[in-house]
Amino acid sequence: MSFIQTGSLDYTELASLQTLPTEERFAKGPVAILECVQEIPCNPCEASCQFGAIQIGEPITNLPSLLSERCVGCGVCVSRCPGLAIVIVNKIYSKTTATVAFPYEYYPVPETGDIREAVNRKGEVLCRGRIIKVSNPASYDHTPVVTIEIPKKFADEVRSIKRILV
Amino acid sequence: MLQKDILVIGAGPAGLAASIEAGKSGAKVLLVDLNMQPGGQLFKQIHKFFGSSAHHSGMRGFQIGTQLLEEAREAHVEIWMQSTVIGIFPGKKIGIEREAADGSKELLTIQARKIILATGASENAIRFQGWTAPGVMGAGAAQTMINVNHVLPGKKVVMLGSGNVGLIVSYQLMQAGCDVAALIEAAPKIGGYAVHAAKIRRAGVPIYIKHTITKALLDTDGCLRGCIIAQVDEHFHPVPGTEKEIACDTITLAAGLRPVTDLAKLAGCRLTYNGAFGGWLPLHNKKMETSETGIFTAGDSTGVEEANTALEEGKLAGISAAEELGLLSCEIANTQREEIWARLHSLRLGPFGERRMLEKEHILAEYASKIGISVLSE
Repeated sequence: MSFIQTGSLDYTELASLQTLPTEERFAKGPVAILECVQEIPCNPCEASCQFGAIQIGEPITNLPSLLSERCVGCGVCVSRCPGLAIVIVNKIYSKTTATVAFPYEYYPVPETGDIREAVNRKGEVLCRGRIIKVSNPASYDHTPVVTIEIPKKFADEVRSIKRILV
Repeated sequence: MLQKDILVIGAGPAGLAASIEAGKSGAKVLLVDLNMQPGGQLFKQIHKFFGSSAHHSGMRGFQIGTQLLEEAREAHVEIWMQSTVIGIFPGKKIGIEREAADGSKELLTIQARKIILATGASENAIRFQGWTAPGVMGAGAAQTMINVNHVLPGKKVVMLGSGNVGLIVSYQLMQAGCDVAALIEAAPKIGGYAVHAAKIRRAGVPIYIKHTITKALLDTDGCLRGCIIAQVDEHFHPVPGTEKEIACDTITLAAGLRPVTDLAKLAGCRLTYNGAFGGWLPLHNKKMETSETGIFTAGDSTGVEEANTALEEGKLAGISAAEELGLLSCEIANTQREEIWARLHSLRLGPFGERRMLEKEHILAEYASKIGISVLSE
């Protein structure tokens, strides 16, 4: 079943529709993953990147493509994507752990140091992780970018945290 | 009788954009709307918009609404809220019932030189056993409750419909604190953008394609306690034996929208049927003029799309009305219209837009063949 039926991409399908960073690039540190696979009229990510690492061009419905050698993994695009479809993955955070920075627009906003359940693209809990950073400046306009540290083997799967019902 | 250059009906994105463009050219514009606040659906849109920087992309809907109201003020647009158009009479006389702050109502007649219809769209209903019970509502109603009135419609919601409205409102219900138990879609695939579906899937919401709601389950006190869903066959008929019960206290329906055309019909505008745009709509040309000279239309009432296209069409209507009043030269109006059509073109590209792009061409061609090229047209 494709994401058109399920609503969630799996990694193989994503890799067949978007150009993902190579293992060599992952080995250099944090880099953006654009989980945007449909030609929709949208391009704020392109202008959000001051390093020119995201290209869409004309027409506006082109899929974004990442020039991963230009990407520094800063995470500004994560907060700007209206589709909340970009994450920053750092596969060399430590010997055993990776980090995933993702947009999170729910209350309560996590805090640094929190231990939270990390979920995949289907909302399934894969592991627990430690929140190591929460960026929420005014320029992000209420789309906090949360970074979670998780075991390395889940770096391609963890995409958010389980919501706490208040 | 009050005299106005242009009467614009409907203060959503299309009506506001039309009023601003016409007001900037010096026209005396009156914008009327039956709701309490201007902005149409914009003030319940708390998500960041798609589009290009020319289309406010990345801004949240309510921020675009605030900006439009400021531009309308600068363009000296007069706005009457709680004002319902009850009749459009020959010679562009419009009957309006206007409600004052104390609840009293007065009936007024306006003599307008041009009319712009920007009456928007209304939600389609889906009927099943129990669909009239309290707790079953349009997705738009639920969105108004959470984002405008700050009231939860319930705690546990089942959403019917996987278009962008169903997907976005599901997400916003969770942001407001609800749980979304499931999203049900009769078609064999998700209708809206995958990125919107991905958001609610990450939050753990199951999406059931090829399913429908067959029955709302009520407690003895008449309150909703759940619903029965079932698989559907290729004719969208429920398949016996596939029923499944889901507990919920709210069912929200997002089964598409249709253009609101009552006033266009009243004004004698010729309508056409177009499935891609949600149903019957007034025939119009590239100036957004209807079959009735001096009556223009814009936004979802010309075919259901989204806020960015409504804004662009509103601008077209405002510019064209101002041109016909002699406030804009033909050259300037044509240049501006060409720029807007180029932007509309970019919004209708890609797999989600190409059918609307094609059907818009059909509507324009039907206008040309049935109504002809108007005297002032290119």
